[in-house]
Amino acid sequence: MRADPRALRFGAAITTLVLALVLVTGSVWLLAVQAVVFALGLAGRPPYGMLFKALVRSAPGETEDARPPRFAQGVGLVFAVTGLVGYLTGITPLALVATAGALLAAFLNAAFGFCLGCETYLLIRRLLPAAKLEVHR
Amino acid sequence: MTGVWVVLATLALGCGIGVVRLRRDGRMRERAGDRLAEALDEGVLRAPLGERATLVQFSTAFCQPCRATRRVLADVSVLVPGVAHVEIDAESRLDLVRELDITRTPTVLVLDAAGTIVKRASGQPRKADVLAVLADAVPGLPPERPSPSHELSQHPDEM
Repeated sequence: MRADPRALRFGAAITTLVLALVLVTGSVWLLAVQAVVFALGLAGRPPYGMLFKALVRSAPGETEDARPPRFAQGVGLVFAVTGLVGYLTGITPLALVATAGALLAAFLNAAFGFCLGCETYLLIRRLLPAAKLEVHR
Repeated sequence: MTGVWVVLATLALGCGIGVVRLRRDGRMRERAGDRLAEALDEGVLRAPLGERATLVQFSTAFCQPCRATRRVLADVSVLVPGVAHVEIDAESRLDLVRELDITRTPTVLVLDAAGTIVKRASGQPRKADVLAVLADAVPGLPPERPSPSHELSQHPDEM
């Protein structure tokens, strides 16, 4: 699977915007929507990426491996779900920290092209050698 | 109101991390203890050492810059005689990853002829930097003269 880096960057920018709105408004629903978006991204159907494809018809100059960003969407999902738990149980610090963590990763990707989620992979494997993900080459 | 401050603080932190990253990413640096550590050999690397130097690259499947790094190092190993490029799948060598304290991929180790770690870089190193380290660390290599036209990172990413 190959991915259009422009679509990934676009998706990260929208994610940044959505998560910032979640923090400002405290909207649980909006965070739930973003969690679903992360889940779809993990499943290989990134909604923001599809929106980009619908808006921009031109072919990308280069493509990149789709697996790292997919993995990162999974990491985003964990943060979003943790944030949801925080908001729903009224543990506000948990909600804020988890959502801010996802915002940080999305912002770094959108603004600098760094995939923080991707880089947690080796650290997770170092701590939990059993956490190997099935990778289809 | 707290949420607004959290957003601002997060974005400020992000800018800080991003700028530091842009400056440090792929920089060749000397790490305390690397030179004193036991030299890596063919048994550990599961590949022969280069005659004069070895570029050891740690990669994972979930690593975007690993492929570009592979191209840079493969190119250097072709360009500089006696330099080998060894790529290690970090996931299948977690023992080595822990022992060498590798936290990110790609991480590139530059070994001298004896297998001692001379320098390391986390993140995609630039070709000119790799050549400079080799010229510095490996006796008998001509001083590097990098040509900008040789930058391979601009090439389209192909499978």
